[in-house]
Amino acid sequence: MGLFDSFKQGLTKTRDFLTAQINKVAAGIGVFDDDMLDELEMTLIQADCGITASTEAVEAIRDYIRETGDATREGVLRSLSNTLASMISEKKLQVQRGQLTIYLMIGVNGTGKTTTAAKLAQRAKNDDFRVLMAAADTFRAAAIEQLKVWGERTKTTVIAHETGSDPAAVVFDAIHAAKARSTELLIIDTAGRLHNKKNLMGELAKIRRIIDREAPDAHLETLLVIDATTGQNAIIQARAFHEVTTVTGLVVTKFDGNAKGGVAIAVARETGLPISLAGFGENAEDLRDFDRELFLKALLPES
Amino acid sequence: MALFENLSSRLSRITDAMRGKSRVTEKDIKDMMREIRLALLEADVNYQVVKDLTAEISDKARGSDVLESLTPGQQVVKIVYEALITILGEEEKLTVSSTGFTVIMLYGLQGTGKTTTAAKLALHLKDKGKKPILVSVDTHRPAAQDQLRILAEQIDVECYIDPSEKSATAIAVRGVERARYMMCDTMIVDTAGRMTVDDELMEELKAINAVVKPDERLLIVDAMIGQEAVNIAEAFDRQIGLDGFIMTKLDGDARGGAALSIRRMTGKPIKMIATGEKVGDLEVFHPDRLASRILGMGDVLTLIEKATDAFDEQHAQKTMDRLKSNRFTMQDMLEQLEQIRGMGSMQEMLAMIPGVGKKLGNAEIDERELARTRAIIQSMTMRERENPKVLNASRRRRIAAGSALTVQDVNRVVRQYDDMLKMMKQFGMLGGDKKRRRGRMPFSGFGI
Repeated sequence: MGLFDSFKQGLTKTRDFLTAQINKVAAGIGVFDDDMLDELEMTLIQADCGITASTEAVEAIRDYIRETGDATREGVLRSLSNTLASMISEKKLQVQRGQLTIYLMIGVNGTGKTTTAAKLAQRAKNDDFRVLMAAADTFRAAAIEQLKVWGERTKTTVIAHETGSDPAAVVFDAIHAAKARSTELLIIDTAGRLHNKKNLMGELAKIRRIIDREAPDAHLETLLVIDATTGQNAIIQARAFHEVTTVTGLVVTKFDGNAKGGVAIAVARETGLPISLAGFGENAEDLRDFDRELFLKALLPES
Repeated sequence: MALFENLSSRLSRITDAMRGKSRVTEKDIKDMMREIRLALLEADVNYQVVKDLTAEISDKARGSDVLESLTPGQQVVKIVYEALITILGEEEKLTVSSTGFTVIMLYGLQGTGKTTTAAKLALHLKDKGKKPILVSVDTHRPAAQDQLRILAEQIDVECYIDPSEKSATAIAVRGVERARYMMCDTMIVDTAGRMTVDDELMEELKAINAVVKPDERLLIVDAMIGQEAVNIAEAFDRQIGLDGFIMTKLDGDARGGAALSIRRMTGKPIKMIATGEKVGDLEVFHPDRLASRILGMGDVLTLIEKATDAFDEQHAQKTMDRLKSNRFTMQDMLEQLEQIRGMGSMQEMLAMIPGVGKKLGNAEIDERELARTRAIIQSMTMRERENPKVLNASRRRRIAAGSALTVQDVNRVVRQYDDMLKMMKQFGMLGGDKKRRRGRMPFSGFGI
């Protein structure tokens, strides 16, 4: 399935909802008035786009109508699409041949870090890169086993210590193992942590320091994994993680199924961080490079 | 507009502007309702629920003399707060089967915390004198069954898993057999999470239900979930039926508005809430606390309860008595420290205070500092603890060596003690009802 179709399928419910709402308001007199725009704002909020992004988008539409006098469904949709596009940026991840790239997977509990790490490993394997995984989630029971199972499935070596050991030590060992094996991609899976737990965030900062110290020449991507079904707390999460580790890209998982999808816009708007990957399912090929144009095309009604 | 303001400060902006006006206009009410709507939406309360609620609230606000009061903002907050509590409903107990064998099924999407919650629930029941068994029918996620087994070992309860078996129903059937054989009275079944509510999942769950005949079907809901929460809950309720839900990850800073939405739209009660990664972190749900959390007003009541739980009344009384007689020693200070430790992590405690949560970054709470203070007092002789005046330079050097700290550290603790003494004397002089002050020991000596 193409990326557009994946987005389209995953965002079906939200798009249908937006379409129905926009058609409903536009049906009456064919143009948008003030109350209809208020409705549109609430519609965007219901898609988890967040209040700031939704309000801004609707304000931009008001400006557009004021300037051009065009309050038709097409005009409003175009303006909406343009404004939302200006809130999101994308960034493709790349692994270089013969050099070490490190992906540090971070996020709150249950967003799909381990699964995403495994999918990234599979992807790089398919492209014939030398890949290594590090099981730096030493907290959750059986997290190491889970990654090892993925390691077997993707035929990737997993560097692991015991449950309860220092995750920074795992990272240290993994970096040295990566250097010794001329690994091209090292994927570090960390424990899920709630962003308001200071000691756990401190642990993450330590992991980050170890990477900076032991692999200063490596290309590091700190990837914050966010569950697409998350509500407005995702914004606070992103800010907190960014502050501690300098996030370089967002990974939005679970786009298929029950996600409203708007949270991607809310987080991108509030943090300015680019979205790198989108997850659509449980299989390795269901992890895709994020594409802003296709995402918006799939999210918004057809004009 | 600041993000995630609490409702109180949102409304005060409007009511401040109203002040001085002779009459509250329709527009004022509309503005207030807009703020309430935004506050609830920011808390991820479902839009439909928000709409219904604001309609109710606006009727109530018009019907009462709220708007003539001096603090209309606060009055409206109170109406909203009470409306939320009414929706959230009373706390409800877990069902216990009259047959003597209760089966609890846990459902939920991926990553909501089903496995962890299963273990927490088992420990909760074990503490209540039950004999639970944990059964994992998650045949999908790698190592999910191992995770449950490890947790079961940690809390020392029975567990049945079979990672080689592909059929979830078969595991469930043998789980029941094992439960009966081990004479367990409660079986907790951890089911597989899916990314989406699909037919395959529902069929599997229905098949399991047909053989285990659950008494309690609980949906596990992540406190961070967005607007989709209601659809997910309704899908589960429609297809397999729910008896209630458990909200997890409330130790994060998500407002947890989904609880309100699900309660309102499905009518199912919240049975428990989960507040941490440790197996003991499962709590009874209190509607008033969740309501103030959704409104962003801090979880003051939980804080107060934690404090009163941890403060042994006798101890507090003893301290008060000693204080009255002007005899508060280093030993008392040590005992107080122990009690503070008993309340849990300082940061957890502080996070519950309204307004403090966000500022934690600046007000660094160093728990090691408390540990150092304890070490120093523990390195003193009883005589020194009773009468710190005897602490000369040589004694201080000895204490520093004994606690592996410096003389400066020892001096600091003595100074803190002196400060505390002064503070407490002031308290003591206030006199009055002893009981009223229970649990309100001054923490200021510890730099809190």
